[in-house]
Amino acid sequence: MKKELKFVVNGESHDLWIEPKTLLVQVLRDELGLKGTKRACDSGACCSCAVILDGKVVKSCSMLALQANGKEVLTIEGLANGANLHPIQQAFIDNWAFQCGFCTSGQIMAAKALLDENANPTREEIQMAMDGHLCRCTGYNMITEAIQDAAKRLQEQKLQEAAQ
Amino acid sequence: MKDIIFDFEYFVPKTVEEALKLLSQYEEGECKVIAGGQSLIILMKQKLLTPKYLIDIKGLSDLDYIKLDDKQGLRIGALATHRSIEKSPVTQNGFSVLAEMEQNISSVETRNWGTIGGNVCHGDPGGDPVPVLIALNAKLKMTSLSGERTIDVENFTLDYFETALRHDELLAEIQIPSIPPNTGVKFTKFSQIAGDYATASVAVLITLDKNEICDNVRIALGSVGTASTRAKKAEEILKGKKISDDLLAEAGKIASEEASPTTDAEVSEEYKRELVRVLVKRVGREALERAKKA
Repeated sequence: MKKELKFVVNGESHDLWIEPKTLLVQVLRDELGLKGTKRACDSGACCSCAVILDGKVVKSCSMLALQANGKEVLTIEGLANGANLHPIQQAFIDNWAFQCGFCTSGQIMAAKALLDENANPTREEIQMAMDGHLCRCTGYNMITEAIQDAAKRLQEQKLQEAAQ
Repeated sequence: MKDIIFDFEYFVPKTVEEALKLLSQYEEGECKVIAGGQSLIILMKQKLLTPKYLIDIKGLSDLDYIKLDDKQGLRIGALATHRSIEKSPVTQNGFSVLAEMEQNISSVETRNWGTIGGNVCHGDPGGDPVPVLIALNAKLKMTSLSGERTIDVENFTLDYFETALRHDELLAEIQIPSIPPNTGVKFTKFSQIAGDYATASVAVLITLDKNEICDNVRIALGSVGTASTRAKKAEEILKGKKISDDLLAEAGKIASEEASPTTDAEVSEEYKRELVRVLVKRVGREALERAKKA
């Protein structure tokens, strides 16, 4: 029997009726067409499907969509401001932090959650925060460097905003 | 097994009592409680569990707390997330062993959504919280429509994925007694990659008297049997003695004989016994150092 799911995704309210067995990732991709959130291992082991739920990064393949009822979800599609990429996205590009890109949206969402909580993380803190994310291409160092670079860019952005 | 492919009825009770009423209406086996579901969802995708009714208690904020009381010790609500325990100022000070254990569970994503009560009730012998809670001599408070009862955590897990929790009960609270003076606690897990389940894990609590004689010791072994257990014979080697490296080596040897690991897809039984032997010695030494400094 279908149940009502009312939630906010990337700032937009949605009111859907879904089967309870539906996973959050299924609603995001199949109902809302937000294909940036990826499905890879589907067993909670790779974090490609990571999204931010009420400010905390979670795996959208490992929770029922109805568990997001009344909550706010942020996906990779919600980061850019029009044609302007989010500083974390730009830092990933500039630091060659991806090749095939399949794990990248999950990596960026986790990086965002980390930097929201800790504006200036150490290399070790970045590695601790990202250690659930599997990437088969980059060897991880460029991802760590991209996040360090993103932290700098975000801090500069804040200073500029404060100066204005 | 990407999706859950069977249907079930889904309930979101607003109170603990409402959840217990729902639980009491259904037969054992047809109904399952979900909190963070970080293990349950995978089992449902694999059809290892196919409940007809799913009761979602994740939103019951009455069971989501971490409280420290000088007399009663630490009280953790069953729905406290791993991440909230890891980050709590309480666990970062007196009960730092809990934070150390939590920060190596799976990924931040899992810890943000998964709960300690869900982990304990899942009954996976490879879980990290139970051996630590056994070393800390924790009790579990369970609640049902017929009342409450408490059980020592070391008696809670009965077998692989089987616990003492009745099907009409919820785990409500984890009760950890205050840590006595001159006590050190340490936990270490050995796993093949960061955040993975333990191949073997060991938690040790040591309390010294004023002459640095071992007054109390608890050694808990994880992932080397069908449930986490105490290595009681190894504890006896240390109790009442001045603990030396030789004595810790002896305790490690005995603990490795007490453990009942089985060969799995990754490592052999012998390898796991060797891990227990080394970890008990090593973790015991670190617990001892902490007890001396405490």
